[in-house]
Amino acid sequence: MVQGPHPAPPATPRPTAAARPPAAPQHGSTIGPEQVTGAQSIVRSLEEVGVEVVFGIPGGAILPTYDPLMDSAKVRHILVRHEQGGGHAASGYAHATGKVGVTMATSGPGATNLVTAIADANMDSIPMVAITGQVGAALIGTDAFQEADIVGITLPVSKHNYLVTDADEIPRVIAEAFHIASTGRPGPVLVDIAKSAMQARTTFSWPQEIQLPGYHPVTKPHAKQVREAARLLATARRPVLLVGGGVIRADATALLRRLVDASGAAVTTTLMARGALPDDHPQHLGMPGMHGTVPAVAALQRADLIVALGARFDDRVTGLLSSFAPNAAVVHADIDPAEIGKNVRVDVPIVGDLKEVIADLLPELEREQAHHGKPDLEAWWRQLDAWRETFPLGYDEPSDGHLAPQHVISRIGEISGPESIFVAGVGQHQMWAAQFIKYARPKSWLNSGGLGTMGYAVPAAMGAKVGQPDRTVWAIDGDGCFQMTNQELATCTINDIPIKVAVINNSSLGMVRQWQTLFYESRYSNTDLHTGHGTVRIPDFVKLADAYGAVGLRCETKADVDATIKRAMEIDDQPVVVDFTVSRDAMVWPMVAAGVSNDDIQYARHLTPAWDRED
Amino acid sequence: MTRHTLSVLVENKPGVLTRVAGLFARRSFNIHSLAVGPTEHEEISRITVVVDVDANPLEQVTKQLNKLVNVIKIVELEDEASVRRELLLVKVKADQSQRTGVLEVVDLFRAHVVDVGTESVVVEAIGSPTKLTALLAALEPFGIREIVQSGTVAIGRGPRSITDRALERVNRSA
Repeated sequence: MVQGPHPAPPATPRPTAAARPPAAPQHGSTIGPEQVTGAQSIVRSLEEVGVEVVFGIPGGAILPTYDPLMDSAKVRHILVRHEQGGGHAASGYAHATGKVGVTMATSGPGATNLVTAIADANMDSIPMVAITGQVGAALIGTDAFQEADIVGITLPVSKHNYLVTDADEIPRVIAEAFHIASTGRPGPVLVDIAKSAMQARTTFSWPQEIQLPGYHPVTKPHAKQVREAARLLATARRPVLLVGGGVIRADATALLRRLVDASGAAVTTTLMARGALPDDHPQHLGMPGMHGTVPAVAALQRADLIVALGARFDDRVTGLLSSFAPNAAVVHADIDPAEIGKNVRVDVPIVGDLKEVIADLLPELEREQAHHGKPDLEAWWRQLDAWRETFPLGYDEPSDGHLAPQHVISRIGEISGPESIFVAGVGQHQMWAAQFIKYARPKSWLNSGGLGTMGYAVPAAMGAKVGQPDRTVWAIDGDGCFQMTNQELATCTINDIPIKVAVINNSSLGMVRQWQTLFYESRYSNTDLHTGHGTVRIPDFVKLADAYGAVGLRCETKADVDATIKRAMEIDDQPVVVDFTVSRDAMVWPMVAAGVSNDDIQYARHLTPAWDRED
Repeated sequence: MTRHTLSVLVENKPGVLTRVAGLFARRSFNIHSLAVGPTEHEEISRITVVVDVDANPLEQVTKQLNKLVNVIKIVELEDEASVRRELLLVKVKADQSQRTGVLEVVDLFRAHVVDVGTESVVVEAIGSPTKLTALLAALEPFGIREIVQSGTVAIGRGPRSITDRALERVNRSA
């Protein structure tokens, strides 16, 4: 789609994701060699690899590429307002669709502005390709205008990266970049291309030979290890399946469901895996970790077997590592061998694609169960159900009479429904959105889990909406997060990307404030943002929405919550921003304080379950 | 903490050494020494890295190295099954009165004098880290003015080559 010189909304809807080919190398027909410029070669490569949308901003060093990009009938370019927004949008698009997200930026500050988004995608295993312009090859290393060594800078925060100075290499490198980003453990790949290479004459041909002698992800699991895992799962008395985001990346959720049903084990889905198993499944205990449910945290602590599937035993999940799950044998299946044994000692390591791992595990489990008989998990479930009954997720109405943020978020989830996509920023609102929205399908929950990037929600929601235009997309954001990246509302309005933003406005950096309440004697150093009720409201989010051509709504009372959400649901031709002014004293519970044993989980403030009573 | 020698075969491309060295730094792995050079195959370079780690972190080092796209193969070379050498150049004070003593030590260690001046000589020695430490201790009383030492390079004993199979991979993917 050609970008017009005037930023007017398009008259016709954009082509939908479903109408486009998948983002994978196509081997149907061969093209070329054709005489082209390096810049044309970049655009042709993106077309051939199946890219449908690029989120980016032009600038000096990438300018040659933006010229042929204007004529591309296959690649839609969405002009973002900040490169970080472009990066998160590519990430949100990738997360919501499973395809590779693409972002483009110029050299120097354009590229460095992408670093946060690249690091974010790296931590959360998001397939993404970032294309950056670099100064001309002759100028590299001279501290030229807008020069930054972005390959050096992103080395530790990307899956791989390239510097291209020879135009002939462009198609092969782009083919490799997409291959690396989307296979094995997915991740971001940066391709930095010198302006001189874009301007040079070269040839373009497709498909390209991929030359990666050191890159061979293992997808087929070892049969012996799978058998051993099946034997343990068939004979454990207190089994827990610890499901991580890898299950969603591997598209293995349907198989997971079968494994859950066949094993009878308890299930917990990590922050990155919310939606991998429907929350209403009877064996689902909720989320583990620092703000997980008491039943999920307790189940891991008391388990005799943990089967971790695409999870990486993050410190936010294990709590104090030395006291994590002391009696559990651990089966750890992951596509990335380096994750296995990194944090937790593993009894049965399985390297492989989770789809293949679970597919192999199912018949083995059936065989073992035929041999050993169905495991007797009755006592375990009696225990788990007692925990569920005694310690359900809940919250108190705030004593200041203001809105309970948990109520707002619950209602958004219920009114918008499980077919929607919910995208969170980072902080209290993120945890409440992970806890209080009931997820029923994969790719319906997007957040910055590993890096914890404030400001992720608005641009990522924008990317998700572009990838899934028929779904309602809610950004559940905080007043702090929203102020970091809300400039992308302009992009949303102008490009007809009608996302909905719920600002859970507690007028402060809420999670930091919670820690100040708990660990710093309620000394609120620099956490007041002056955006809530009774403040100067700078900025006023309703006016800000209006300035961006979005609809701004405000909700301050419980009685108005449902009506406001429904009003927001009715608007589908414009972005909507709802300013929910909530109580600033609401806290996220349960909580395992940082560096503390999971056994010391607090259900609410000063309230730790008395485990012995339950045993 | 124990010392391990890893032979890392990498693609001979710009920036690969930075990727390897950077990985060690950011994962808090301790590098004792590092040496890099060409192999019998033009497309492959060989990095010999000596690390101080426990057994479990060593597995992490290897796995993390393997994740680098340009790393083709990693082999740990056990002490008994490999030959390891370092190169040492040392400038020793050796005026008329001391020269004979210095040369005696050089002969004892089967080292060589590669530069002679009126006040000093430059000694070249190749050997295991222990031998070179011993040589330095013996030269110390004469007065050491400057030392330069390479990282360890190591190769497995016996007929097997670790590069052959790696090369098959390179050719297969080409």
